[in-house]
Amino acid sequence: MDKNRRAFLVSLAQNVAIAATGGFLWSAYVEEAKAAPLILRPPGARKEQDFMSLCIKCGLCVEACPYDTLMLAKPGDNKPLGTPYYIPRNIPCYMCDDIPCVPPCPTGALDIKSVTKEQDGKQVFDITMMRMGVAIVDIKDCIAYWGIQCDACYRACPLLDKAIYMEMRRNERTGKHAKLLPVVDPDYCTGCGLCEHACVTEIAAIKVLPRDVALGKVGNHYVKGWEKSDEARLKGSSGIRTTVTPRSEKSAVESLNEGLNLE
Amino acid sequence: MSKIWNKYRFLILRRFTQIALLVLYIGGNYWGWKILQGNLSSSKLFDTIPLADPYAVLQIFSTGAIVAMDALIGAVIIAVFYALLGGRAFCSYVCPVNMVTDLANYLRRKWNLDKFEKKWWASRNIRYWVMGLSFILSFILGTAVFELVSPISMTHRGIIFGMGFGWAAIVTIFLFDLFILKNGWCGHICPLGGFYSLIGRYNLFRVKHIQPNCTLCMKCKEVCPEKEVLYMIGKKSQMVDMGECTLCGRCVEVCDDDALHFGIRDFVKKGE
Repeated sequence: MDKNRRAFLVSLAQNVAIAATGGFLWSAYVEEAKAAPLILRPPGARKEQDFMSLCIKCGLCVEACPYDTLMLAKPGDNKPLGTPYYIPRNIPCYMCDDIPCVPPCPTGALDIKSVTKEQDGKQVFDITMMRMGVAIVDIKDCIAYWGIQCDACYRACPLLDKAIYMEMRRNERTGKHAKLLPVVDPDYCTGCGLCEHACVTEIAAIKVLPRDVALGKVGNHYVKGWEKSDEARLKGSSGIRTTVTPRSEKSAVESLNEGLNLE
Repeated sequence: MSKIWNKYRFLILRRFTQIALLVLYIGGNYWGWKILQGNLSSSKLFDTIPLADPYAVLQIFSTGAIVAMDALIGAVIIAVFYALLGGRAFCSYVCPVNMVTDLANYLRRKWNLDKFEKKWWASRNIRYWVMGLSFILSFILGTAVFELVSPISMTHRGIIFGMGFGWAAIVTIFLFDLFILKNGWCGHICPLGGFYSLIGRYNLFRVKHIQPNCTLCMKCKEVCPEKEVLYMIGKKSQMVDMGECTLCGRCVEVCDDDALHFGIRDFVKKGE
């Protein structure tokens, strides 16, 4: 083999190897830095994955926020560097009617469309469309669940009686009082965190979490028979396969009446 | 006095623009000034004109995301400005890390470190590999990867929005440039510098060398952060034609023999 050619190939391989090594270290770091599932994003933020690819980390949303709610993640915050977030227990989102933080976003990481609706042929902001997170009540540490009267979160909620409503329940311990229990309706909760901010316990017993983290999903095979249109969801579906083992091929009634054949 | 001005006029101008930009950005965040809001990644000039880092926007594009119009226009404005006029001047007139690496370089000369230090060699093309890698990794990982590690953004954001442990990145670069590799960060690794070297390849402003005046004192090569661009010193009269030149003007200032000066690019190559 030609000496020059060999030297060239070796140096090429060296460069590629160094680049690959650097690339692996770099991507490992980025994967690590991206993994902050409990981060709360500004109003109108796209899904975390899309948000992470679009956000250019300029801080224009942070500067626009009149309450200093939003912060840019600094080294040491254990959040993706430079991306905006808020901690509702410190400063919640006050849900300004004109949503000053969303329009300045230059890249569209904060999506104006997700917080606007059409009204009388005009596009207007609707702050109730924000979905920054969802409040979750810790029923063991909420003093209202103890039977002590407290409605701090309920009073603080900007969507009072919608996002948080009070459920009455008989206090079995005293036998003559009612408990007034705060309950969150995720369909309305915007995740602003005014409730978490207002909570009187030492560590808030109502907390805002990212919706992906806090909310469950029922799946398609449960149908609300009492809701007229709910069954429409199953239209066109090929059915759900329930036969998993030879035993489950038999109908449930069969196995109850005839007993199991365990062979 | 005029001698000091003559010897340091571009350095003073550079520090002035670097610090003035920082002050304007800080004013935008803390006192609501509407002159420059945001930071070097993306900003608003006079509350109307968008500006954006074209390299960051390209990384976002390689994640597969489509950015909104503002960032796109902003990136084009910046790219056109540097392609036509600025060249790689971002590095020496705007970037805050430049002050850190210049200090490291200054101490290197002051303490004669080049004579005593074990010499490491590294290719100045590493930056282009890092840049290529950043696009590939952005595509794979779905986020602008250099922006997550960039000490430039970290420093600049840190000064405007609060530093956190951002100072650690600055110290790292400082020590790296001082004790490990001369001009290590800006001259070898930084992909943003590489990016501006590429788009500023054909800009209008250039340093020109007048060979008959040159006495081969090599002061220019000593101060130049990208001394490979001064390959023609003492050999032939020619403009500096490599995109890696940051147009910092230090060579022009330190030259005692009037052999270097700024000029407009001549597109017709003379003397060949």
